[in-house]
Amino acid sequence: MPERRDLDRLLEVADDELILGWRDSEWTGIAPFLEEDVAFSSIAQNEIGHARALYELVARELGTTADELALDRRPDEYRCAPLVELRRLEWARTIARHWLYETADEIRIAALKGSDDPEVAGLAAKIDREEAYHRMHAEMWVDRLLATPEGREKLREAVEELWPYALGVLDDELRPRWVERVRARLGFDLPDVEPVTREQHTEELRELWEEMTMVRRSAPAGASW
Amino acid sequence: MSAREQEVPRNEQEFLHYVQEGGQVEASDWMPDEYRARLIKFIEMHGNSELMGVLPEREWILRAPTLQRKLALTAKVQDEVGHAQLIYRVVEDLGKSRDDCLADLISGKSKFHNVFHYPTKTWGDVGVIAWLVDAAAIISQKALLKCSYAPYARIMKKICWEESFHILHGRDVILTMMNGTEEQRELVQEALDRWWGPLMQFHGNPIAPEQDPTLTWRIKSQPNDDARQQFLDGYVPQIRELGLTVPDPELRKDEETGRWHYTEPDWDELKTVVTGHGPMTEERLGFRRVSREETEWVRSAVLAQAA
Amino acid sequence: MGPERGAGAGGVNTVYEVFRQERKGQAFQHAGSVVAPDPAFADVYAREQYGRRGESTALWIVPRDAVVEVADFPDELGRNYHRVDGYSLKGKLKEARERAGTA
Repeated sequence: MPERRDLDRLLEVADDELILGWRDSEWTGIAPFLEEDVAFSSIAQNEIGHARALYELVARELGTTADELALDRRPDEYRCAPLVELRRLEWARTIARHWLYETADEIRIAALKGSDDPEVAGLAAKIDREEAYHRMHAEMWVDRLLATPEGREKLREAVEELWPYALGVLDDELRPRWVERVRARLGFDLPDVEPVTREQHTEELRELWEEMTMVRRSAPAGASW
Repeated sequence: MSAREQEVPRNEQEFLHYVQEGGQVEASDWMPDEYRARLIKFIEMHGNSELMGVLPEREWILRAPTLQRKLALTAKVQDEVGHAQLIYRVVEDLGKSRDDCLADLISGKSKFHNVFHYPTKTWGDVGVIAWLVDAAAIISQKALLKCSYAPYARIMKKICWEESFHILHGRDVILTMMNGTEEQRELVQEALDRWWGPLMQFHGNPIAPEQDPTLTWRIKSQPNDDARQQFLDGYVPQIRELGLTVPDPELRKDEETGRWHYTEPDWDELKTVVTGHGPMTEERLGFRRVSREETEWVRSAVLAQAA
Repeated sequence: MGPERGAGAGGVNTVYEVFRQERKGQAFQHAGSVVAPDPAFADVYAREQYGRRGESTALWIVPRDAVVEVADFPDELGRNYHRVDGYSLKGKLKEARERAGTA
């Protein structure tokens, strides 16, 4: 039986994946090339799938359903990181967020793989295996952008803008080793700033929530869709 | 390509006879200019349609009322982009680059199917599109399995296989709503009322087979009217058995001839829409234009240091 | 195989032919092509296009210009000595059985 603390941690991951899943699928039909459209859509589906599996696990403990957890909470009850809430339909920011998130997530998932609870550890392992593809994709793009002056500058600008938000994905315990890794890989001058933490939801989340739940709220609770 | 003994005849008359007898043509074969031009135009329109079909549906991914629907819709829309990619690849090997296809699409020079020029207003639309629009499309696509141009026929196989889940997903959405609340049922009927006109126009106005060059060259193998009849045969019973009403009082099947009678679709509307004057045409093309401009630097960055 | 032309804008995209194996032990069959700037991208894109539904167990991705098409097989003088249809034994068998009295 997972501790209460573990369930909160799982909801953080689930909410991150649900919201990021939408942000990634915002490129559907309009990505820089069609192949990227298809690739990002797979990533989005993986993310929503991970969210679903995590919600199901938590839902069982709480006596509810995955859909209710995903779609019937108030905006301030979500535990997602502000990084995923931002609407940034711009490619450099998308890649920056993609890489920053995946690298942070890798550390977080590795910790969950070590959970005492076999169900949590097992699910974390499955998620980890699927996310290998996301990491490969993100690394490939970072390589590409770093390889030209224009790409490098755009990436640097994007990472700098997203940096305070990215710092908010991991907690104080896991964050430092991730920061090391980012600095080593990107070589950008990244300032020491205060993280924008999970409690500090953006206005964008509320707008997103309104649209995300509008169909669901149009029918009484318990309606089938 | 190395010179070889051609099975495919190298003059127009014999080539025409060859394809009419069921002969298959590959990308590296000789083909008459007219055949190549018609192929490009036809196949390009298909690619455009798959790509533009994404836009009406994508906003509903966020609004999907369950996680399963969210996943299914994301996968459906992904398939459509994937199909566009496959289709433009075929056009590229015929001699028109994907960039040129996209430029012509955005500028309004080339066309896409009527149904993608209309707005989607409710979750009812999501169900109706996946169930009935995809069904109408699959009828055409199955007929294209016999296209004389083999690379196109081959991708149609993959496309048909992938679209088989779209229709099931659509029907599942509709059935769930029909078994739900009164409001949900009304949502479906209202969507059907709006989509019926475009659906009846989808397969195109009736053209006598002898006057349809795409049939002559065996690019298409099914006349427009036949496709429409096939759609009605398959789907009117499915619609009616749910207690839904088809919004055409003239619609009935002549039991003797087996043919459906219906109110003649508005062919003027079809022409207006397909030539770029549908309710959502400008907005959707504009959306694509802007995103294409904004991502131009990405394409340059990626290509600039390709091996 | 298609023509060499038809690359994307700037002309440095490569066409990669994709062969897929549906189940272990089966032959790899040509499935189509993807366009990519390098093998890493080609890997990702081919996976997406030909494997996202779990429909393939393996893919071979090959730059188009690495593929050599062979399509002429002249057989002017009709050789059937190395094919089954070059051997009609019915008549001789009948004669042999009659001689041996086993017909």
